[in-house]
Amino acid sequence: MYQYDEYDQKLVDERVAQFRDQTRRYLAGELPDDEYRMLRLRNGLYVQRFAPMLRVAIPYGLLSSKQVRMLGHIARTYDKGYGHLTTRQNIQFNWPTLESVPDILADLASVQMHAIQTSGNCIRNFTSDHLAGVAADELVDPRPYCEIARQWATLHPEFNWLPRKFKIAISASTTDRAATRVHDIGVHIVRNEHGELGYTMYVGGGLGRTPIIGVKLRDFLPEADLLSYCEAVLRVYNRLGRRDNIYKARIKILVKETGPAKFAEMVEAEWAQIKDSYLKLTQADLDRVKQHFSQPRYDAAAADDSSYAAQLAAHPAFAAWTRRNLKAHRVPGYSAVFASLKAKGVAPGDIDAAQLDAVADLADRYSFGEVRVTHTQNLVFADVAQKDLYPLWQALAGIGLATPNIGLLTDVICCPGLDFCSLSNASSIAVAEEIFERFENLDDQHDIGDIKLNMSGCMNGCGHHSVGHIGILGVDKKGEEWYQITLGGSSSNDASLGDRTGPSVSRADIADAVQNLIETYLAERHSEDESFLDCYRRVGMAPFKTRLYAKVEAEA
Amino acid sequence: MSTILLRNLRVEADDYTLLADDAALPATGKLIVSYSRWQAEREALLASGRVIGVKIPNTIDIAGVLPEIADRPLIALDFPAFPDGRAYSQARLLAERFAYKGELRATGKAVVRDQIGFMVRCGFTSFELREGQDPAACLAAIHEFSVPYQQAADHAQPVFLRRRA
Ligand code: HEM
Ligand code: SF4
Repeated sequence: MYQYDEYDQKLVDERVAQFRDQTRRYLAGELPDDEYRMLRLRNGLYVQRFAPMLRVAIPYGLLSSKQVRMLGHIARTYDKGYGHLTTRQNIQFNWPTLESVPDILADLASVQMHAIQTSGNCIRNFTSDHLAGVAADELVDPRPYCEIARQWATLHPEFNWLPRKFKIAISASTTDRAATRVHDIGVHIVRNEHGELGYTMYVGGGLGRTPIIGVKLRDFLPEADLLSYCEAVLRVYNRLGRRDNIYKARIKILVKETGPAKFAEMVEAEWAQIKDSYLKLTQADLDRVKQHFSQPRYDAAAADDSSYAAQLAAHPAFAAWTRRNLKAHRVPGYSAVFASLKAKGVAPGDIDAAQLDAVADLADRYSFGEVRVTHTQNLVFADVAQKDLYPLWQALAGIGLATPNIGLLTDVICCPGLDFCSLSNASSIAVAEEIFERFENLDDQHDIGDIKLNMSGCMNGCGHHSVGHIGILGVDKKGEEWYQITLGGSSSNDASLGDRTGPSVSRADIADAVQNLIETYLAERHSEDESFLDCYRRVGMAPFKTRLYAKVEAEA
Repeated sequence: MSTILLRNLRVEADDYTLLADDAALPATGKLIVSYSRWQAEREALLASGRVIGVKIPNTIDIAGVLPEIADRPLIALDFPAFPDGRAYSQARLLAERFAYKGELRATGKAVVRDQIGFMVRCGFTSFELREGQDPAACLAAIHEFSVPYQQAADHAQPVFLRRRA
């Protein structure tokens, strides 16, 4: 993975010193509250319902075992012993004190980590495919491009005070696993008809209260021009994005109000001025970063192992886990292994210090010392040899990370909701819990198959509800918790926003409602091969709606 | 209280006076006028023979107004609120694309030690500090970061060029 050189290290160290001084001035009453708020947000520090919350950047989701151990140390030393993985591949700590945050940032810097620009109206962490470098459907490894872009965006002098936050995701595979179409800029690395590498650029996607799928701004952008094009988009946005109304300040609104064609024209005009500037990437720059992501030393004989087949036959629970939690790897005899953070009785995405320590050890032992965070709030050991699958499974089971439910109904994406978030209308974790209990039976879940259930506690949409196959959104009705349901959303290649079923349902009825939707699907599907999403797209809303409201008492 | 001006990396007396739109030209001294006044009275102001800078609102497209202001000895760009970063883009265009060589002045609510480093990088050369700022601390803040990732309008050598060397 990428290793900091002296420059990268110096920058994060200087950033810690800067923030330490800002915090000192704030506590001494020398820095106005409002300004400190904006400065601390740019260092990942929110102040939440009960306590401050610190969001730590995990660029493109990649962590070394040493970094994972440090996250465990932070959870133990400064928090209540756990952290929370987010839908943008970051980790959040919910209980640090404000005074301790400079020390936390210094600890992070000691392992080449930071919280720079994980919040605030600036360019946020770059996200990518959690299977980067190992996926069979990948054109090239997207991570070097992410790292180059990360450096360009870090403390960018012109774009630190944008109208609103700005999120970029980069994907290089046939299947989009990075939700690029719901990002402010979505980058698809592609090859054109001449065999040259480059990018298809999407702009103006986003979730939140006005969810929008990004529009294609350019079919093919040459490989060398990634930064200049992003800079052109951002310059147009910084100049023209709305600052009068926070709800209309994202670039998606500018693109929509300007019209995509006109917006593209403005970007192209700006880009023409800067595409041949120093922003052009050179092959040497690319190669230098690419060498950090070279392949690990795989065992050429990994596929010769026979223990795996024997263990599969001997242990049905292990076999069941391999069916859901392994993904194909490019190299014969290897798999990418998902550790599920969606276990019964645990808030989706939560991981405690002991688990973090254990994950670090397992990464060292079985996966070349690295682990990845997925945007579905799980972990991936990307390079596990087949002989190691059984011991890894046993170890994961021992720490509660072996629930065999990846991609199934209980693998929900869920925001913190009422439990932590001061903006929430309704609980989400408790609903996830109830759904977990109801659908705990794995055979039923397997029968239901691939499905994405996404849940947010308010329309800010941290839980990606608008792109869930089933989306659940908490709404407030005269102080009571109600839930609005959408069907048919997707954040993959076929990105779409879910359609509302109708009136919202009460807290008491929401689990029944999900069950009714699932039963409708099971009754309507052509065959087991037709997924929930495909089935919904074929039969439409009517049968779902009929059954949902026939059984559930909707609010008038 | 008069504002503190940082220029050429030190505290300097402000030799310009910002003239209200309805105020008559004073007898002596360098002046800054609003862009709207400059547009309306340009001929007369030029004929006065005085040294006159122009203050540009942050909503204006720099490329569009460049011919009217490129020859001014001073252009002031405004930060009407702490988080309003539009003038950063205006400054880079002036300093980099249009190679403006006069005094490029930052004014307004963001001209504080916590943003001044970015302003230097974007090409500003003078700073009307917001009230209550410690000029020594502001000067020190310019050097808070020693290794920028990006090339910009200042002369700091960015990391990617250092690595190429
Ligand atoms: C508990 C504290 C949190 C607060 C106060 C908070 C606040 C917000 C707000 C206000 C927005 C809407 C921004 C907009 O529409 O421009 C938002 C969006 C979002 N948040 Fe959070 N959030 C919190 C936690 C989380 C967590 C835990 C996650 C991940 C699981 C998360 C992931 C996201 C994502 C992915 C979006 C949507 C981005 C988009 O609009 O494209 N947030 N959040
Ligand atoms: S979706 Fe709403 S309730 Fe959930 S974390 Fe985001 S802001 Fe809070």
